[in-house]
Amino acid sequence: MSATAPAAVRPIAEICAEVRQGHLSARTRVEGFLAAIAAKDGEIHAFNEVHADAALKRADAIDAAVKAGFNPGPLAGAVIAVKDNIVMREGKTTCSSKMLANYRSPFNATVIDRLSMAGAIFIGKTNLDEFAMGSSTENSAFGPTRNPWDTSRVPGGSSGGSAAAVAARFCDAALGSDTGGSIRQPAALCGCVGLKPTYGRVSRHGLVAFGSSLDQIGPFTHSVGDAALIYDAIAGRDDHDSTTSDIACEPLAAKVREPIKGLRVGVPREYRSDANAPEVAAALEKAIASARAFGAEIVDVDLPLTDIGISTYYVIAPAEASSNLARYDGIRYGHRAKLEAGEDLEDLYSKSRAEGFGPEVQRRIMLGTYVLSSGYYDAYYKRALQARRLIKDEFDRAFAKCDVVLGPTSPMVAFPFGGKSDPLSMYLCDVYTVNTNIAGIPGISINAGFAEVGGKHLPIGIQLQAPAFAEELLLRAAAMFERAS
Amino acid sequence: MSDTTGSAPTDADILKIARLSRLSLPASQVGTVRTQLSSILGHIAKLQALPTEGVEPMAHPMKIVNRLASDEPGACMPVEEFLKNAPAVEGRYLAVPKVLGEGGGA
Repeated sequence: MSATAPAAVRPIAEICAEVRQGHLSARTRVEGFLAAIAAKDGEIHAFNEVHADAALKRADAIDAAVKAGFNPGPLAGAVIAVKDNIVMREGKTTCSSKMLANYRSPFNATVIDRLSMAGAIFIGKTNLDEFAMGSSTENSAFGPTRNPWDTSRVPGGSSGGSAAAVAARFCDAALGSDTGGSIRQPAALCGCVGLKPTYGRVSRHGLVAFGSSLDQIGPFTHSVGDAALIYDAIAGRDDHDSTTSDIACEPLAAKVREPIKGLRVGVPREYRSDANAPEVAAALEKAIASARAFGAEIVDVDLPLTDIGISTYYVIAPAEASSNLARYDGIRYGHRAKLEAGEDLEDLYSKSRAEGFGPEVQRRIMLGTYVLSSGYYDAYYKRALQARRLIKDEFDRAFAKCDVVLGPTSPMVAFPFGGKSDPLSMYLCDVYTVNTNIAGIPGISINAGFAEVGGKHLPIGIQLQAPAFAEELLLRAAAMFERAS
Repeated sequence: MSDTTGSAPTDADILKIARLSRLSLPASQVGTVRTQLSSILGHIAKLQALPTEGVEPMAHPMKIVNRLASDEPGACMPVEEFLKNAPAVEGRYLAVPKVLGEGGGA
């Protein structure tokens, strides 16, 4: 392993301070990113759509505001890419699906309005596995995204476009969504920071629904400090999302570099599995050693249901998806099939959905329909909800003994295209990430080194998980690991 | 459906699921879908071995109670805006195939 990260990227807070002081022009920054995208995104395909004109217009407005003596906000001039399942009035919102290939949202997601209020600039919409279903971005109807570290390999998924856009330096930060690891796993595979906040901490109003009891929006960034800054802008109660919490939400960016004295880091024995690739296992041991070196106490904890997580998740998530995706019927919006003579309304539904959805989406809708169908509900769905409680209880017991849980984000580094062609083998990539969503707790992936494979350097991620609403603890702990790596 | 829980679905089960899912599934794909779903369901069958007696199912990760909005009319989206995404429009209405009567499907 060797540290091959390119020169460190400046903190967003520092960049935005210069924009606010008028020392740095937002337009120059946007032009720089647009040039990088024009030069390299033909190969990477991080973006479904680049909003060049809108971004430049917005940058000019920010520069003009600064010149006129106004403060555009804490994210003044920060350039952000948005996963294409988060709606914006600007451009299209496709979910990388033929179903929504021409969909234009009549409103902005709450996270978009909040970032906008903070002074951010949106540069475009990023590619994903169709409707956020996948772990490689190969399921996009518009072609896969390539990993900037090795373009013969996947960037992870489902938010692969957002991870690649940050890794390729096409933006300062990106938004993703995480239902079972879709922020943290691509962050690990692309060598960036990916944060999934607590369920209920960030509004999902305007996030195209997949698994509503699991979905969460979060940032991809170059550093833990940047993640805290974006999190501060998007977190908090929203009247448009009744699942957002009333629990007070303190700004974190100013505190994130404060170390935690006597941090207790729990390492579940189940996370030190033989199934981990050797380079992943080595990076985890190195992270444990560095935690000891910065004064943390390493605690053995047990999460014996780690292994049952995939089974639980692949009942609950498809069940919720089969219900959420029932809205795509070809009537009000989305793809509508052409009917032949004699075909009726039901044919319109079934043909439109079969033409509009790709194979993985159809598979999950059918799986969800199966586990919810009469005679199977108790055996699959009810049992998965019972497993869900046991998994949450298990985390509660672990967090009685430690502050954060440490482990690998993904059992493997980025794999070659087509490397997981069997659906089940793709699902098993999520073994360390799904239980975070099942329990509703926050998790973060940060880079923990690189593996040298075929002359390329492939990033390795480690994940920290914390109790619900303990984002401050999580981010401060992550910053300690970041400094030590 | 015909099978007992835990055993693999049959072609007839797959066709029934596709119909319930409102997905037209060509006969040529039934076998592939059956193989893939069987493999996934085989993995999910691990849940059957989990001792769950007396465990209260948990549908949602947080103790969140429904929040009601105040019952006051707010701004509505203009009809024109809403219809921009409609696949077929007649005047100010969504156009759909005939539902009732001769040739109707419902």
